[in-house]
Parts: sequence; C-alpha cells; structure tokens
Amino acid sequence: MALQSLDIARRSATTTPAPAARQTTEVAKLIDVSTCIGCKACQVACMEWNDLRDEVGSCAGVYDNPVDLTAKSWTVMRFAEVELSGPNGGRLEWLIRKDGCMHCADPGCLKACPAPGAIIQYANGIVDFHQENCIGCGYCVTGCPFNVPRISKEDSKAYKCSLCSDRVAVGQAPACAKVCPTGAIQFGSKEQMQDVADKRLADLKSRGFDKAGLYDPQGVGGTHVMYVLHHADRPELYSGLPNDPAISPLVSLWKGFAKPLATLALAGVALGSLFHYVTKGPNEVSKELEDELEKEES
Amino acid sequence: MTNHWVDIKNADLVFVMGGNPAEAHPCGFKWVIEAKKTRKAKLVVVDPRFNRTASVADFYAPLRSGSDIAFLGGVINYLLTNDKIHHDYVKHYTNASFLIDEGFAFDDGIFSGYNAEKRSYDKATWKYQLDSQGYAKVDETLQSPHCVFQQLKQHYSRYTPEVVAQVCGTPKDAFLKVCEYIAETAAPDKTMTNLYALGWTEHSVGSQNIRCMAIIQQLLGNMGMAGGGINALRGHANVQGITDFALYAQNLPGYLAAPTDADPDRKTFLEKRTPKPLRPGQMNFPQNFPKWFTSLCKAWYGDAAHKDNDFAYEYLPKLGGASDVLSIFNAMHEGKMNGFFCQGFNPLASVANKKKVGDALAKLRYLVIIDPLATDTSEFWKPHGEFNEVDPAKIATEVFRLPCSLFAEQTGSFTNSGRVVQWHWKAADAPGDARDDAEILAALFLKLKAMYAKDGGAYPDPILKLTWAYRQPAKPAPEEVLMEINGKALAEVVDPKDATKVLAKPGEQLGSFALLRDDGSTSCGNWIYCGTWSQAGNNTAKRDNSDPSGLGQTMNWGYAWPVNRRIIYNRASCDLSGKPWDPKRAVIRWTGTAWGGNDVPDMRPDAKPEEGVMPFIMNPEGVARLFSRELMAEGPMPEHYEPFETPLDKNPMHPNNPKATSNPAARVYKGDMETFGKAKDFPYVATTYRLTEHFHYWTKHSKLNAITQPEQFVEIGEELAKEKGIAAGDRVKVRSNRGFIKAVAVVTKRLKALDVDGRKVHTVGIPIHYGFKGVTKPGFITNTLTPFVGDANTQTPEYKAFLVNIEKA
Amino acid sequence: MIRNPKDLQRYTAHERANHWVVGISFILLALSGLAFFHPAFFPLAQLFGGAVWARILHPFLGVLMAVSFLAIFFRFKALNVMTPADQEWLNRVGEMVDGNDHDMPEQGKYNGGQKMMFWALALCMLLLAVSGILLWRAYFGFPVGLVRFGAVIHAATAAVMIALIFVHVYAAIWVKGTIRAMWYGTVTRAWAKQHHRAWYRQVTGKS
Repeated sequence: MALQSLDIARRSATTTPAPAARQTTEVAKLIDVSTCIGCKACQVACMEWNDLRDEVGSCAGVYDNPVDLTAKSWTVMRFAEVELSGPNGGRLEWLIRKDGCMHCADPGCLKACPAPGAIIQYANGIVDFHQENCIGCGYCVTGCPFNVPRISKEDSKAYKCSLCSDRVAVGQAPACAKVCPTGAIQFGSKEQMQDVADKRLADLKSRGFDKAGLYDPQGVGGTHVMYVLHHADRPELYSGLPNDPAISPLVSLWKGFAKPLATLALAGVALGSLFHYVTKGPNEVSKELEDELEKEES
Repeated sequence: MTNHWVDIKNADLVFVMGGNPAEAHPCGFKWVIEAKKTRKAKLVVVDPRFNRTASVADFYAPLRSGSDIAFLGGVINYLLTNDKIHHDYVKHYTNASFLIDEGFAFDDGIFSGYNAEKRSYDKATWKYQLDSQGYAKVDETLQSPHCVFQQLKQHYSRYTPEVVAQVCGTPKDAFLKVCEYIAETAAPDKTMTNLYALGWTEHSVGSQNIRCMAIIQQLLGNMGMAGGGINALRGHANVQGITDFALYAQNLPGYLAAPTDADPDRKTFLEKRTPKPLRPGQMNFPQNFPKWFTSLCKAWYGDAAHKDNDFAYEYLPKLGGASDVLSIFNAMHEGKMNGFFCQGFNPLASVANKKKVGDALAKLRYLVIIDPLATDTSEFWKPHGEFNEVDPAKIATEVFRLPCSLFAEQTGSFTNSGRVVQWHWKAADAPGDARDDAEILAALFLKLKAMYAKDGGAYPDPILKLTWAYRQPAKPAPEEVLMEINGKALAEVVDPKDATKVLAKPGEQLGSFALLRDDGSTSCGNWIYCGTWSQAGNNTAKRDNSDPSGLGQTMNWGYAWPVNRRIIYNRASCDLSGKPWDPKRAVIRWTGTAWGGNDVPDMRPDAKPEEGVMPFIMNPEGVARLFSRELMAEGPMPEHYEPFETPLDKNPMHPNNPKATSNPAARVYKGDMETFGKAKDFPYVATTYRLTEHFHYWTKHSKLNAITQPEQFVEIGEELAKEKGIAAGDRVKVRSNRGFIKAVAVVTKRLKALDVDGRKVHTVGIPIHYGFKGVTKPGFITNTLTPFVGDANTQTPEYKAFLVNIEKA
Repeated sequence: MIRNPKDLQRYTAHERANHWVVGISFILLALSGLAFFHPAFFPLAQLFGGAVWARILHPFLGVLMAVSFLAIFFRFKALNVMTPADQEWLNRVGEMVDGNDHDMPEQGKYNGGQKMMFWALALCMLLLAVSGILLWRAYFGFPVGLVRFGAVIHAATAAVMIALIFVHVYAAIWVKGTIRAMWYGTVTRAWAKQHHRAWYRQVTGKS
C-alpha cells in the first residue's frame, strides 16, 4: 500500500497555506459494525502499538471496558442492546461499535486549537495530535463533534487516535485494522473503502437490512473513519453516534468569524485613538484656568 | 474438527450451538464472516445467551442450558418426518440399513440392559444382527422395523416441536425456523458446518450432544464435504495436540486404547483392540492396530522391545480403573494420593467444586507446580480473604514451584483444532530460572533413572530401559522429539506385494503410517503423526499458503494428521460412482484410475468405486453410524436427560421414571449426590463460560487483558433483576449448594426468562477467568459453584448447567 | 511626598494599589488570552514562559482580577450612580471628543463617560469570570454545549473589554494631568476645576 505521505494539509493556529505541490491519496478506515464481534483486539493492539496502559478499572455492569475513551484508551468498544420492532415482532440486536477519532475532513478540534502545530491534518486525511505543541487548553475537546479528545490528568496534553500515522507513513495499516480477526476493520484509500462498503451494503440489504448505509457524515466534510451500519437511518442506536454531526455553530463563530472581526475591531480602536490624538491633540487644562487658580493662591 | 478452520468459509449454513466462537475463537471466526461475505452463507446460533456470535447471526434461538439433546432430537425428527434428508447418502454411507439385535429396546428413558445399582448398562443387545460370516445384516429397503433407520425414526418421533418447546423453552416458531435453515442443506450440493465447543461437552450428556449432531450431519449428507463436518473448536492453541498425545490415560498416543488389568499379555490385548470388518470389502483401517502399537513400543523401548519379550508389553502400565480428572481428585480427596504433579494446569480454579479440590490438595504430602505463573493452585493453602478462606496451620502439603517457560519462549509445535500441526519458533528467552517443560521433565527422569540404577527398586526396567537418545539427555531438543514421534525404519521396509521394492531403508524417517509394521522393523511415537517429519524434513514447518483449489486447503502449510488430509471422510463428498456431490466444491473425485483432487483421499487410492469400499474407513462397518452400537455409555441413540441439577425436578420426557431424570450411566461419587442442589432452594439455571477478553486463568496475570475486562461479573436478565431488585453494577452474591461467589451484576436484555415445562426459568451467566492471583481485581473462583459430576463417557464436568440462587450482596 | 500641597487628593494609596492590581492582571490576561485567541497573537505567550505556562496562569490571573475588581467595584459603586447631569454630558459627548470641552456640563468626581465605563467593565468582568470558569478544564468539567457557549462569550467579552480598556487608557493619556492621579493620587486644582468642576467645588468649598 503506497499511501505513505506525511505531507501536512492543515496545521492548527496557522494562517498561512500548507505546502500543496504534492498530491496524496486520501486514506480511510472502514469499520463494518455488522461483522464486528466486539472482541476488543483493536483496543489491545492500540494499547500495544502506542505503548499505552490504562488503569485496570472495574466492571460497571456492562461489557464496556474501559468504560470511556481516556488519554490512554484511544479506542473503546461500545455495546448497545437494542430491541427493534419489526414485522416479526421485537428483534434483539447487540450493536457493538468501535469508538474513537473519526478523522474528519473538517476537524473541529483543529479548528478550535490555539496552539500552532499541536493538531495536524495530513494530506492523506489523518488528523494527528502533536503533544509537544499541545498547551493543554482543551479547546479540541470543545471543538470535537464526536466527543473524542481527552486531556491527560498526568501531563495535561490532549490525546486521541492517531490512525497510527506512524504505521501509515511506512505503508502499514493501523494496528487495529491489522489485528481485527473478522476483517470488520479495514484500511485503504478512501475510494477503496467506499467500494468495500458498497459490497457490504449490498449483502446487508439482501439480508433484510433495508436501511443499511455508510456513515461518512458530510456535515464535517466526510470522515476518514467510516462505519458500515445496518441502521444508517438511526446512527444514535449505536451508543449515541451523532445523527448529523457538524462543527458546532458556536465553535465556528468563536474560531471563525469572531477572530478576524475582533482583531480588526481592536486594531480600529487603537488606531482610532492614535489618530484622534494626532488630529485633535491632547486635552490639556486651559491656560486661563491655571493662571486663574495660581492667582487665587498667591 | 473433521474439517478445518479455513474450510468454514465453504459452508452455506454455519450452525453454532454448544459454542460461542466469536467470543472464544475470534480469530477462527473470521472464516464464518468470510462465508457470509463471499458465499452469502447464513449464520444460525442456538444458545442460552444472546452472545457475541449471535450479535452477527442471521437468526438466533434461545434454549435452556442442558436441553440440547431435546432440541437436536427435535431437529432429527423434523428432518425425518419432513423427508429433508440426503437419501443416497443415508442409504449408502450410513448404517441406516443395518439390522439391530431384536432384543434391543427402549422403555421410558432407559435402554435395554440397565443396572440401576451399578449405574451402567449391559450392552449385549446394542448390537447388529450378524450373519454366519460375522457381517452385519442389512435391509436395503430400510423398511424392517429393526433396521437402524426405522429405529431412529421411532426413537425421535417423540421429539415434536411442542416437546422441544416444553423442554428447551425455545419458542416453537423459532425452533421451526432453525429446522428450516438446517433442512435446506439436505440438498446434495448444500452444506452446513457445525461449530461447537465446551457448550456441548461440559454436560453430563456431553458426548451424546455431539452424537446428535453426528446423526444430523449424516442425515443431511454433510460429512466429508467441503463446508460441512462436525467441528469441535478447541480451547487452547495446542489442546488438539495434547489430546492426540494421550490426554486421557485410557488412551496411548494416537487414540490407541491403553492396556488395562484385563489385558494380561500382548496377544489378548491386540485381539481385543483389533476389530473385524462388519461388512464385506471394507477397509476397516483399525485392523492395523498391531502395527501402530508395536511401532509405539519400539519408539519407547527401542532394542529393549523385541519379539521375545512381547515388545516390552510388560513395561507398559496397566490401568486398574478410572484416571480422569474427577477420579483423580476424588482419590486425592479420599486421601489415596501422596503427590501430584500439576503441569500447565490450575485445578483449584478449573476443576469443578473448588472446595472439594482444595480439600483434596490439602491431603497431599507434596504438590509440584510446573507453570510460568503463580497460579491459584500454587497458593491453595494461603488465605486470600473471602476469596480463599483456608487455615494454613491445618495444611501439611509441601508445595514446590518449578517455573517453566511460556509457549512463546519454546520451540515446538501446535496442533490446531483442524488437526494442522504447525511448527513454531521460540520468540524470546524465558525470564529468570524458568526452564522449558521438556528440560524439567528430563531432569526429573534422569534423576529417577539414576536412583533406580543405584538403588534398584521394585521394578526398575520400565524406567531404566526407556529410550532416551537425545544428544543432550538433559535437554531434549523439540526437533529430536518430533523426529522420534514421526518414527523411522529400523530395518528395511518392503512393499508387502513386492518384497523387492524397498519402501524405506534402515534409519530413514517414515513418510506415512502405511509403512508401519508389527514385526519390530519400524518405530513411531504416534501413528497419526507419522509423516510430520519425513525424509523431506520437518513438514510441520512448511509455510506455503498457496491455495490452487480456492477451498482453503493449503496443502503445503504445516501438516495435518492423518497423512496431511485436510478433510476427513472426504470420500463421502462423492457419490457412489466417485463424482462430487457438489462439483463447485470438489474435494476429491475418482479420476478413472485413482482417487485424487484437492485433498489426500480418505480411501485406498486405487479402490474403484464399483468395489463398494465405503467412505468411513475407520469404522469396521465402512459407513457412518446413526446407531452407535455399544460404543457410548448411556445408549446407542442420544436421549434427553436433565442435568444433575435440574430446575424441573424431573425429566419432562419421562416424568414418571426417576431413574431417567439425569444421565443413568453417569458416575456419581459417594458424597457428591448430596452436594447437588434442588430447585426449591436454587431456582435458577447457571451456566459458566469464557470471555473473549481473557484466556482461562492465565490472562488475569496480564495487564492488557485486565484492562479490557477487569472484574468478575455475572449476567442476569432484566426480568430476574427486577424481581430481585438488582441494578446493573450492583454487587451480587451467587450461591450453589457448594458455595458462593460475589461479583458485579451485568443486567442484560440478552438473557431472557424461558417458559419451560409450564414454569418460568431464569438463567444466570457466570464467566470464569477470575481468581485471587493476578492483576485483575481479586475475585472468587467460579468453580466454587459447579457440581462434581461429569459426562458418562469422558467425565468432563458439568460446568454448563447447574442450579444457583442470587441476591444482592 | 505631595510636592504641591495645593494639589487635590483624588485616589488613596489603597485605591491606587487596588487599581493597579486589576490593571496589571488585566494586561497579563489580555496578553495571554489574545495568544489563544488568534494565531497572530500566539507569540505573546512567550512573555509567560511559553504557551503552556500562559494556559496555566491565565485562569489564576483571572481569579486575581475578578477578586480585586470586586473590591474596586464596591469602593466606587456609589460614586458611579448615573444622574441626569451625566445623561446630558453623554448627549453632548461628541463635542468632548471633538476637543471642544469648554461648554460641557459640570461634572462630579466622574463624568458620564467614566461611569458608563465603570458599569461596562463590571458587566464584562462578570461575564468573563463566569464563562472563564466554564472553560477551566483543569478543575471543572461542564457539558460541552455549555463550554462552547462559554467560549464564545469569553472571547467576545474579552474583545469588548480590551477595546474598553484601550479607550480608558487613551482617555487618561489624552486628558493631560490625569495619569498622575493613578500614579501618586493627586491632581492639580486646575485639572479638577476644568474636568470635574462639581467635585472641585465639593473638595475645595470654592465656586
């Protein structure tokens, strides 16, 4: 797989254009929820490849463990038991979704990040956190429409799935895709993955899942982690996968429109004051008044 | 497995019952997904729990744990009454037409010949009618009331869908839907593969659960077919390997029945073990038993085994009684054992009734643990709070811990479920003082040998004369051991039809068990492994995964026993004339001059179809058995019996015969009957199982596994949780008549109350894996709860169906 | 060290110290806050020993500013109550800005503009403090919707406040003789009579 390129397409808190001469294929990870058995091999591979060891937690009354993403758990399986009404009565489904960074084409984290170079979007689409530039403000958490980044309690840096950008850079699939025993996680060019998804969707539809579909939400410009869902009309069934995710308008306002506007306004006030001074001159106490008071005193 | 892992991808229907491969065999489960993706195969799951496998299934049906025979008997009945069978196959390749002894009978749950006192059968009537030549009589019209086919029909006619629903709690429409899926594969060119594991074996009727599926697959004509077969998914990477090498003491390596007290000499022993053909013209392959056995004696005793001393028959131990795991711990419990070697085994955690096991260990003088980990067993004497309440002052057992290397720190071979033997290379050095198992055993052996040599002793010869021809006697190399197992020619081996043709010269490694001889001219440590290390070298180390047939046979990847055959009984994949039932998935075919194709034929290569040599060459019948003669302990046809702890107090199929409540031939030790609980005190059916995040009791020592499933839990349905006021995450106490455990409650929609015999039956699911040693949260040993009773044939304990009560802790 | 005993005391030492605590913390907050606000200002973070230090210090400085501003608020609240005269002054603020303040209505200690500034800053302080808490991830974990809302409020308010402070500072620079009131507390009588005649009368008893 010759997908390796760590050319940078976008860089957080950077206003100048990124180098754009080289063209790179966009990559994607496809997670086929309909063939995922929730074995957590992906979680373990992620911990192993990335040298992460989260706390040994406790059982919270569900299969999910660790129960949530953390700075040391970049991917977790989320198990949802849903009873769907159908023509033949209620049908129980155990929907198991691998949660983690979606690697949005339009990443809310990157948009929100104030630290230059702390968040990078490679030309291949991977969104990566560079902790050495991270200042720990948590704006990425605020910006993410999928609630993915986590701030470490130990070092106050933000962490999340890197899509194994280090592996991808040398032509390897991410660790999770490499170990997935059923092939539910696949990796390749985004185009290839869309083709693979099409085949899976045809199969699912033949098995009666009329609403099967590919989750590649356009509200964030599409994602580089996509899901094959049996119930694409109801992504919320999968442990609250957002229905139509987009960068929050508040975040867009805050990190979009407000930035230049406020900067200009401040510059305006400063310059206005300067030119006021230059044009109108200082407001001094009048000579007559000074003289008058001097006279009074003497 | 009759077939192999990759072959699952060739199935049209993957039927999973008695197993949960997505949970316990996630890597092999890829082939199920492959079948779904590429063949549009259907996956059907029948299980007490809606489990991880069910989460990707096309259809799921629940059943009460311990009622599998009722369900499968219902399937047999459905196939027979709806005529959904593969007629030609059943007629020619099974014993359907064989006539059964007229004295054979079945009355209210009990077969003819029962002795209630001994809890066993006199099987004199469980036989075929024989003609004057000793061949079984047959009725090819299948009409005789005594023929197997009619007996089968009659026996299972009681297993109606209504009875299935009543006994199993499976809704009738769900049961019928499963039957429809299965029945579709009766077509000659459709196959069903069956995947099972401990969910079938760990019952007091475990072996008969599997017999049911054997009958179904014969009726459907799915044995020997690509994408068919009966496939036992083995729990360890090498549990198939250890089984092949005499896991059970009643076997010698290669499943050769071991000598017992009733076999005073080699002649009697061989006569009893060497069957006569039951039909004319059949291969009756076990007639070669003397060759396999003699070669084994030569491998063990070399020159000390010769014609004049009956090939050292005297040196072999003779079994005086049972020697299965339950009998060993029972004997230990009765104070009849001094010492116990525990190698790669954690019995305190993994054998039923932890209290009995702990008490038994406390009666030993010494206990030797050979293990890479500090196991729970190695600290059975040490108090660990309420998880292990013991008083060390009262335990005199001396415990020795010999650290050994882990599999990845050893070179050797694994034999996977599909019988493929694969060489593996050491990946890392063992830490500290850990040594390879072989090195530890060699040290013990050499020390014993030296002591016998010096001090004599009662009978030193079996030890002193044992072959030990390793270059470094204290460090037998795995390569040397595999070569020894494979065997070699000790003298010239010639073609029996043409003595001038030399098949193997002295000293040469043998290529196949066809070369083994019973005159002492060959040695072989395990006949089914003959060929693993031939003159060509280590065939288990082959790593060519080319797959010209597209069936996933990969004949040059590792080495499958026997003789690198990937699908056994593959002759049955062709019709009588030798044409494949399904040409698209042809395993082998008759080419006009020989058998050949995409596998090593399970047939004499030159046996012309018209010779009528039938495909099941390991059976003296030449055909598969719908009726298993006297080979099973509790009957020639499976019958539903309740688990020893039943929520019903009776067998609903034989409500008025208390003898037929539970397996009438299962062994129950003195004092154990009293430890069984009753439904009035323990109303819920409990079943134990593994989680995908853990491996037995090993991975609780591994941080990665501990992170993904850190703490012991039990699963209950929402309805039971509501009744008991239990919420998800609460701590609960689960009690059986043998003890209690405490764990976190997982409340789930995936466990539903079942309507069984007019009452509501709840299931409590209890994962194993936890204990007081390791990096997971300290927990109770699940087998505190399980009953000390096993399958009547294998004595595998009934871990899967027993009774408990549950309350908020 | 009042050099001219005739000068008038406008601020006590406590008041001045209080003002400068607010002022300095504001400057530091503005510098560090701007660094996170727009990449153009990011180098400002170097003033704090790097952006991580800026991120760590900013909220603590915020707490300091909020508390010290609270003191200012209670010190000067009463003096900043708006009167009809302030209203009239504000109506004619254009003349003032145009540099033609001779005919402006007579003012007390604070003119209408200053009072407006006082209340505007108080409101900004309140908004910044509340929204700042929402953003302070090291110690608080609010729902993300609230945090996003807080981020917008914080940024917008901060921008407004920085602009107000520009005006505040420029006014002090523009109106000569003002800054000394915050340096050493006194103003000249002429200054007082010109800019805050009513206050001048009040403190001197003269017309």
